Amino acid sequence: MKPFTLVRPTSLAEAARLSAASDAEIKAGGVDLVDRMKEGIDSPKTVVSIVEIAGYDRIEPGPPARLGALATLARIADDAGLRKAYPALADAAAGAATPQIRHMATLGGNLCQRPRCWYYRLEEFECRKKGGDDCFARDGENRFHAVFDTDLTCCCVHPSATGTALLAYGASLDVVGPKGKRTLPIDRFFHRPVKDPTRENTLTAGEIVAGVAIPAPAAGSRSAYRKLKEKESFDWPLVETCVAFTLSGGTVRGARVVFGSVAPTPYRSMAAERALEGGTPSDALAKKAAEAAIAEAKPLSQNAYKVTLAKVELERALRQAWA
Amino acid sequence: MKEKIRVGFEGDFQFREIEIAAGDPAPWDPSQKFSVVGTRQPRLDGKAKATGEAKYSIDVRLPGMLYGRILRCMLPAATVKSLDLSAARKMPGVRAAIALAEPGEKLRFAGQEVAAVAAETPDQAEDALAAIRVAYEARPFVVSLDDARKSGAPLVFEGKTETKTSGGDVESGGKNLARHGNVLGPRSTVKGDVDAGFQKAAGVVEGTYDTQVQTHSALETHGLVARWEGTELTVWASTQGIFDMRDQLAETLQIPVSKVRVITEYMGGGFGAKFGPRVEGLAAARLAKEAGAPVKLFLDRKEEQLASGNRPSARQTVKAGATRDGKLTALQLTVYGNGGTNGGTGTSGPVKNVYACENLKVDEYDVFTNAGPGTAMRAPGHPQGAFALEATMDELAKAIGMDPLEFRLKNDPSAVRREQFRVGAEKIGWKDRDARRKTSDPEILRGVGVGAAVWYNTGGTGPRATVTIHKDGSAEVEHGVQDLGTGSRTMVAMVAAEELGVPLDEVSVSIGDSRLPFAPDSGGSTTTPSSAPAIRRAAWEAKQALARAVAKEWKVPAESVKVEKGRVSAAGNPPHEATWAAACKLLPSEGVAATAERADNHEDAWKRFTTGCQFAEVEVDTATGKVRVNRVVAVHDCGVPINPLTTESQIQGGVIQGVSYALFEDRILDRPTGRMVNPNVEAYKIAGALDVPEIDVTLVSVWDGINNTNSVGIGEPATVPTAAAIANAVSHALGVRIRQIPITPEVVLAAVRERDSKGGRS
Repeated sequence: MKPFTLVRPTSLAEAARLSAASDAEIKAGGVDLVDRMKEGIDSPKTVVSIVEIAGYDRIEPGPPARLGALATLARIADDAGLRKAYPALADAAAGAATPQIRHMATLGGNLCQRPRCWYYRLEEFECRKKGGDDCFARDGENRFHAVFDTDLTCCCVHPSATGTALLAYGASLDVVGPKGKRTLPIDRFFHRPVKDPTRENTLTAGEIVAGVAIPAPAAGSRSAYRKLKEKESFDWPLVETCVAFTLSGGTVRGARVVFGSVAPTPYRSMAAERALEGGTPSDALAKKAAEAAIAEAKPLSQNAYKVTLAKVELERALRQAWA
Repeated sequence: MKEKIRVGFEGDFQFREIEIAAGDPAPWDPSQKFSVVGTRQPRLDGKAKATGEAKYSIDVRLPGMLYGRILRCMLPAATVKSLDLSAARKMPGVRAAIALAEPGEKLRFAGQEVAAVAAETPDQAEDALAAIRVAYEARPFVVSLDDARKSGAPLVFEGKTETKTSGGDVESGGKNLARHGNVLGPRSTVKGDVDAGFQKAAGVVEGTYDTQVQTHSALETHGLVARWEGTELTVWASTQGIFDMRDQLAETLQIPVSKVRVITEYMGGGFGAKFGPRVEGLAAARLAKEAGAPVKLFLDRKEEQLASGNRPSARQTVKAGATRDGKLTALQLTVYGNGGTNGGTGTSGPVKNVYACENLKVDEYDVFTNAGPGTAMRAPGHPQGAFALEATMDELAKAIGMDPLEFRLKNDPSAVRREQFRVGAEKIGWKDRDARRKTSDPEILRGVGVGAAVWYNTGGTGPRATVTIHKDGSAEVEHGVQDLGTGSRTMVAMVAAEELGVPLDEVSVSIGDSRLPFAPDSGGSTTTPSSAPAIRRAAWEAKQALARAVAKEWKVPAESVKVEKGRVSAAGNPPHEATWAAACKLLPSEGVAATAERADNHEDAWKRFTTGCQFAEVEVDTATGKVRVNRVVAVHDCGVPINPLTTESQIQGGVIQGVSYALFEDRILDRPTGRMVNPNVEAYKIAGALDVPEIDVTLVSVWDGINNTNSVGIGEPATVPTAAAIANAVSHALGVRIRQIPITPEVVLAAVRERDSKGGRS
């Protein structure tokens, strides 16, 4: 790890100003950043620690809910109010990483963490995400890589479990930047690497996620989150699936279907959502939606199995949500 | 001296007359009333380890100590064109820099060592590596077994094969074997006539089985701290063999053995990969010499994954035949093993040594690739071999319409293992395993499978121990053995306490130092059967020294004094009797001590293979391919266990490592660049707490009389059959054969597709 200066501002506005420099990085729990620094893939001159700034770790379950970006995954997982109104978010937080990590990892950090692609994480591969010319995964070892949106510049998968759930709930982010505050709908937060693979979100220099607002679920709302991993202890998912919809008069309305760990962003399947709209919950409807979802998949050389997993997991998530 | 002893196991004892060396006690008899041996004793150092008080070699910090770091070439095949350390030597804090490769030298895997530096801080050492000027010429490379076997494949060794072996490696057969391209061998074994055997068979099956590369992934990485004081070298090492380390350091550095001291007070695992100083240990010693200061050089996790050894992968084809009534008629194994730049990848142990078969043919080939060298790993060759053999046994049983367990019992020559199979079958519920396949969830199927373990070593001659009895009745044992984490320290104390009749908490133990009496390497599951007999003999001789001292005080002939548990007596007129404490009070202030060497194994005792078997119950999600191991029943022969608590712990560890091998672990090399893409413990997946099944261990005590404690090692046999049993259980659940590990969701989904395409939803 290279030497760096740790600064501990007392307000987010100051932190935003300090972290706008190109050689500065924001640190909350430090779970991901310190890892990258130790692996030699990031060497910031300045580390701006925001973890001690007061007032950003609150959890107001609502609904509507308001969460500070410094709320830990462990607290989100354990909050009874959140679990009642937004079970998919609680499950997403509860299933991430390990108990030790969940007690350090923050909501903001979980949303802004960098991908786990092994080519990106190894300093000896100068991949596109690090400004290089190649995506090594495309013709290399890609068993855990993307199966959707694989025709872009990078085929990593986005690792944020809470991002998957928040996208399904249609949350919005409170962002503090050097020029002030703004509200960013989560649909516009994640960045598809159409041209630029070096970032995963649309925050501009110095902008920091300060909090998350989740709208109150409509009457009859249902949601579910599922995570499929090879190992049960400390493993990144092969596929995450999150669904949220309302059941009104026995039919599905306003469904949002989001996959995690299958694309460079949490991946919203509009095709599955269209297939569900107005349908009556049944195994046949689940199958129809899952088949619609995977029709868009374009797996790489080694990961066609993940398409099967996405299909199975979406069917199960739907059955779980309307059971 | 000839003595009649009882050998065997519960329900099957026999008498043997064996020759016992003068001065060595006879093996403990099955009727022996133990007071310490056989009791469940927590590790003496358990609390120190759990609290962090125990200082491992990797924790050693000496005043003025420097930090060593190694530069590695990340090309899979390269020739060093030039190497210049001068700029690195001038970097801040740098005190020494040495070359580990010379210009013109060929490097053969990504991660191979090129140079090393020592600096005042780890970061300075890291920065200095970047200042080393090195130029390589990249050469063509090959990293996959299939590609390496093709004609015209890039050659890993253009000239002669240069492989390195270390303690415990499988015999690579060496110089007389032919090499064609990257393929060395075969090493062949022929018994009887397999073709005739297949002719006689009512059923013949053949299958090809793939296993992956597994890395040792010990918690403590490889390395040592080296300190020179004049011409004397002391190292604090993480090693499985402190005496072997001492001898190799002396030989390589050309200094007398007496000038080298190796200390391993606590150790964080080895699994076969920690023998000798290796590149990093020698580099630390040379850097320390050049710098004139102690140097610590421990690998980081990435280096550990790249270059510290691994269990080779294997592609095995097994063909077997049996008569209609279930007798094996022929068994044939052809294996292509891939140990990267190392040979010794054979897997034939189980095929040769588990089931009886008159006609056997084995051909073992080593295939070289540009990948990190394989080395001994917990039962070298055996988990691979057991996986292929036990799958074949299931297939063949099916072909002749026989229950797979009944088929095994008919062909198993070991009475102990036949009993173990029966015990395990009862516990896992073998009888109704077919009825239990279906679960309440139509997508989840349950399966039960079995595999056999075999191992060989019975310990060896050479170990010495010194036992001192103090005037206050307490005792000390000095024995240089390293404790890998298996519980050797506790074992040493227990054997001495048992023989002396002294409470365990009054026995102190000094281990882990080459200045102590010679002890064995910890490899091949030989530690306990090598050490324990030496300790018992030293304690026995110390008791005789006590008897002589007491006889002098009582003025009776020494041979009339009997030392029994807690009591010393002499018949005669008048008879003498004293408690242990009172008798010890008669000793001179220096107490009495005896140093003894382990006697040879009793060749005329009951020689056998160490046997075991494991049964696994799994649940398979047929829609996602995910496998969950519910339960493993492990039944093992471990001689007469000294400490059942740590023996069971060893078996649990073997099972866990086996579950991990069966389902998760896989060293993945990037084919286009030849580099490992998961050199960590995140993407290199190791079973965690939630992945561990319920483990039910049964120890079958076996009294073989081979040494005076009847002890046998358990470290290796404990992991031999686990993956085999799990793969057979998954195959049973699915109704289709699993032919590769790790059994990932992808592998299971492919198997389900194969089954459904054949319409065989059995």
